[in-house]
Amino acid sequence: MSPPAGDGRPDWEEGAPERLYVVTAGRDRPSRRVPLDLVTLVVSQGVPEPGMNPEHLAILRMCAGPLSIAEISAYLSLPCSTVTVLVADLVDGGHVEVRAPVSATARPDVTLLEAVMDGLARI
Amino acid sequence: MGLPGSDVRVGPAERDTLPASTAAAVKIVVVGGFGVGKTTLVRAVSEIRPLTTEETMTEASVGVDDVAGVETKTQTTVAMDFGRISLNEELVLYLFGTPGQERFWFLWKGLFEGALGAVVLIDTRRLEVSFDVLGRLEDEGVPFIVAVNCFPDAPRHPLADIRSALDLPDPVPIVECDARDRASSRDTLMALMRYLYTLTAATTAATQER
Repeated sequence: MSPPAGDGRPDWEEGAPERLYVVTAGRDRPSRRVPLDLVTLVVSQGVPEPGMNPEHLAILRMCAGPLSIAEISAYLSLPCSTVTVLVADLVDGGHVEVRAPVSATARPDVTLLEAVMDGLARI
Repeated sequence: MGLPGSDVRVGPAERDTLPASTAAAVKIVVVGGFGVGKTTLVRAVSEIRPLTTEETMTEASVGVDDVAGVETKTQTTVAMDFGRISLNEELVLYLFGTPGQERFWFLWKGLFEGALGAVVLIDTRRLEVSFDVLGRLEDEGVPFIVAVNCFPDAPRHPLADIRSALDLPDPVPIVECDARDRASSRDTLMALMRYLYTLTAATTAATQER
């Protein structure tokens, strides 16, 4: 990884489409059908391998504990769509585990709603 | 703790990490016009400082900018602020604030998929922003409540009048809130949850009658 500018920001133009194209090697969708949501949790499995690209490495490092796609996107300053492609790569390579969100569209679940209310009551 | 070779540390601060036991996430969306207090509400209840995620979309500018006879493509970047509440050792809630204006609806697909529901935050001085949003949420089948953010300098109206002005169906709750206040914002989320609970109970009852 090339050293970043002194302020810790990436040394490329923020949000430049060309950069996003390079990061994902020109792909605009995940390599295979991994259903990844904004709040899918990503957890690293194992250690980074030599030769990984900086973005994959950064995701592996920050996901030592569970972290949502949205958070990864915020910390990397990359769009969620780009992060989704990168995470799918890591899933394919067996480098991360993903934990799917609880979907409310399936069937409303009283137990889930109660858990949310109990949690909110504690804040 | 950094891995070998981690010269640059990008990611959550230690205090912002989730327990390893966190197994799943749920999400609630806060929808409203600019300046209505979405991020304020998220910040009030979030355990982390709100984060920002951006999404870009290339789209034909038809209906966005009226450039007669010229078909152009525009790159739209929209920021969404979000926060997080750990509900227990296994479940975490994410709260997303998203603009309600029609031109940002492209963000909604991934956002509302699987969402528990939505809070439509409104400013009584600018009700017109809300009409499209309410209609669209109904179309999408997303359960929602309306929360009136009580700005100190905004005229107060009875909730019944606002309900009527919005043409809000009777079962949909409408509440007042102060988005700056943690307890008030928490209560707003609770109001949504209670509404979802009644909807679920109704669905369950209907199923059992069959």
